[in-house]
Amino acid sequence: MKLTITINGKNELLECAPGEMLTEVLRRAGYVEVKKGCDTGNCGACTVLLEGKPVLSCSYLAARADGKNITTIQGRVDEARRFAQFLTAEGADQCGFCAPGFTLTVLAMRDELANPSEADIRHYLAGNLCRCSGYEGQIRAIKNYLEAQHE
Amino acid sequence: MSEQHRDPSASGAPARPAPALSATNKFHVVAHDLPKVDGEGLVLGRPAYTDDLAPANALYVKLVRSPHAFARIVSIDAAVALALPGVACVLTWKDCPRVPYTRAGQGNPEPSPHDRFILDEFVRYVGDEVAVIAAEDEATAEKAAAFVAVKYEVLEPVLNFENALDNPIILHPEPEIHEMFPIGFEPKRNIAAAYHMELGDVEAEIAASPVKIETTVHTQAQQHVAMEPHVAFSYLDVHGRLVIYTSTQNPWHTRRLLGLALQKPIREIRIVKPRIGGGFGGKQQIHVEPFVAMVTLKTGRPARLALTRREVFEATFTRHEMRVSVRLGADPNGHLRAIDMQILSNTGAYGEHALTTFMVAGSKTLPLYNKIAAVRFGGHVVYTNKVSAGAYRGYGAIQGLTGLEAAMDELAHKIGMDPVELRRMNMIHEGETSDVFRIMGEGTEGVAMTIESCKLEECIARGKELIGWDPARLVREVAPGKLRAKGMAIAMQGSGIPLIDMGSARVEFQDGGFFKLHVGATDLGTGSDTILAQIAAEELGVEMKDIVVHSSDTDHTPFDVGAYASSTTYVSGSAVQRAARSLREELIAAAARKLGAAPGDIVYENKNFRSADGKNTLSLDDFSFDTLYHDGAAMQTIAATESFSGEKSPPPYMAAFVEIEIDTETGKVDVVHYAAVADVGTPISPMLAKVQIEGGILQGIGMALYENVRYSEKGHMLSHNMMTYPIPSREDVGRITVEIVDSYEPSGPFGAKSAGEIGIDTPPSAIANAIRNATGVRLTEYPFTPERVLAAIRAGAASGSIGSRLEGAGARTAPRAK
Repeated sequence: MKLTITINGKNELLECAPGEMLTEVLRRAGYVEVKKGCDTGNCGACTVLLEGKPVLSCSYLAARADGKNITTIQGRVDEARRFAQFLTAEGADQCGFCAPGFTLTVLAMRDELANPSEADIRHYLAGNLCRCSGYEGQIRAIKNYLEAQHE
Repeated sequence: MSEQHRDPSASGAPARPAPALSATNKFHVVAHDLPKVDGEGLVLGRPAYTDDLAPANALYVKLVRSPHAFARIVSIDAAVALALPGVACVLTWKDCPRVPYTRAGQGNPEPSPHDRFILDEFVRYVGDEVAVIAAEDEATAEKAAAFVAVKYEVLEPVLNFENALDNPIILHPEPEIHEMFPIGFEPKRNIAAAYHMELGDVEAEIAASPVKIETTVHTQAQQHVAMEPHVAFSYLDVHGRLVIYTSTQNPWHTRRLLGLALQKPIREIRIVKPRIGGGFGGKQQIHVEPFVAMVTLKTGRPARLALTRREVFEATFTRHEMRVSVRLGADPNGHLRAIDMQILSNTGAYGEHALTTFMVAGSKTLPLYNKIAAVRFGGHVVYTNKVSAGAYRGYGAIQGLTGLEAAMDELAHKIGMDPVELRRMNMIHEGETSDVFRIMGEGTEGVAMTIESCKLEECIARGKELIGWDPARLVREVAPGKLRAKGMAIAMQGSGIPLIDMGSARVEFQDGGFFKLHVGATDLGTGSDTILAQIAAEELGVEMKDIVVHSSDTDHTPFDVGAYASSTTYVSGSAVQRAARSLREELIAAAARKLGAAPGDIVYENKNFRSADGKNTLSLDDFSFDTLYHDGAAMQTIAATESFSGEKSPPPYMAAFVEIEIDTETGKVDVVHYAAVADVGTPISPMLAKVQIEGGILQGIGMALYENVRYSEKGHMLSHNMMTYPIPSREDVGRITVEIVDSYEPSGPFGAKSAGEIGIDTPPSAIANAIRNATGVRLTEYPFTPERVLAAIRAGAASGSIGSRLEGAGARTAPRAK
């Protein structure tokens, strides 16, 4: 079936099979920044923004995205680069595989929550798993980033 | 030379200035926190990982996998699958060379038995590969895989490793399999490997010891769960050579072993490792490469295979399950006289890393307590019809330590001594050695070593401060039904395998005054490309931006065994240091010739060469154009290649202290605070070393509390996705504090030792000891699920041990027992 999806502001006409998930369709169209980690909606590596809100694209039917706005990390590249400075300053980027999805969720959190506590941050981002960092460095990075946003 | 040649990027603008390690930091690049060279690109999602780079016209590969734990394939009918439009080929065991090999990805000769064929007539676990399908698109490949009709003769499996030894069911009766050198391989007895050593008379020493301790613990299979599933693609290049891009930790071992398994000359294979999404040992082995290679060789077409997460769980590797029994003999004052460690290890269906993980369980734990008269280590590694075990961060040491550190705490309880003081009295110090270093290597004899850096005393002192250690107050009731308890453990690892692991590096001077650094070393996301570039920049007296690093390509970078055994910083880092130092000498000699001075009269600093009299100067930038474009017959590429093989393996150390909270109603254990202090020598990047350790600790906490590979009675894996095998999330742990003590390893690059594995080693031991302190009961079955902890609480309550352990004992209510 044919879909029209606005991806990072660009109208894309895409083919998909019924039942196919959004991750597959996006990666096939060259949006390889959307990572495939677990296939079961647990790890968060496939996170994209749907109308500005984070969704797990591995568990979202591609057909449902017809006519909608999808944002990948490449669609928020300036903000992502800003956050990357804080993340890499802690060394908490590590293998980086979870980073695009994780970073999109950080940006969504910043848009949604005014002054998140550490517990709020951990809760908001609980669905973005990382096996390398132990999370501590990422928490340091997020706090520093949010602090700098307020300055 | 015009300005246009010069580097225009004046500001790399890190988010914060790089802090020095300490006030005495005399380095300008190493021992500084610098952002990872690939960090921003990965956060922005630039195509970098294997699956991002696969050719668009590649065939999709899918595997038919065994639904049985043990079976003989009677027939495979692929006619229906092959008739599907878009199916390119179906390959079975009859299409494979009948050559046994090992998927282990270790040295040559391999210490793992050659007991595996790419595909075989027998399948030995649920998920074992049966057939390879390739098709034009993924959906067709999946459909075709479902249409392959396989008839099996189902065999009775051996699932419990306690029953494997000398079981009448033999997993590996095939005549072609063999060991490459003596490893105790006895397949007729289901033994993949065996080992025994004894120094002194352990039985006599223990018999003569006034205090005797005996503990047995059972550690479970754990999964790596790297975020990127195993993935590879292959194609034939213009010369007809087989090129494989793969998420591997060791390109050269992969190339050599694939050459053997495919019966192709090594020269006809090229392995490239792009960025990889975590490894932890799970990508040391060969899991996907043979299948894409077979398809490309059969069809001449590019081929790609990315495992699903379920396949990663069911059909890659786990940590070796082990039963660890430790006996101690000691004097009443706590002085250890003898240690006996006996282990049964489960290698699953194939013997990858069977012997070496087993030996490391002793060789990287027993030297911790070196003031003994006798020590013994031994046991067997057995086959079972479960997914194979392989390399996993901690690599036996983490399992061995659970037995040793449990026994040490039991000794402390028995003689009424602070467990910290007991360890301090018996542990290894700088300037000391252990005979175990000499006797036990990885698969072979070891290498004698005197410890030149060991700051365990400092680690312990600081760890006690961080956790607030008071041996009289190790457990308290913070609310009704909530106990808080503390425990601790110490650990060591190694830094590469001495005289076996080798790494090399090439540095080449480029126009514009920068340097290409080519290393075989394999960055798994640890940041090794970055720290190796730091080492080169430090030696060459330049900035990080002047080093362009390329790694892990068997055609284009020099040899390196790969990233395992905590080797990269120490082994590959030393090679980089040597290469950069050689190049610096070459540069000075060449600049001296140009300036008409003796090399000894040239001062090189701030990227400038200056004659001693100060009359002649030459910038690195100008010199780079001179040597490549301007100097006629004197023009040359200035480059250096050097190698390093360690003559020792200096251990990093850790002292770890944990505070847990136990819900006595449910048995749930929460880690409130994990405080760990490490001696990793002088870290090349303190921040990356710290994050490595933090990440290791969280994986270790997962192993201690809930990560567990579970099977049905028929051998089907029950924990085959991230719902049934949860890994720790951001909300699952209170606080992890990691500090790195000042230390300097004279044999390491700029004083560095390894940091990759030491973090994971302590949590299973320290948390077990904390639960023991809380409940009075020693939990011996990992992981410590609420059910098991609750049973321990009830046992402790029944014996009255919990109440008596609480501060103000007797005044408080003991937990209710039903």
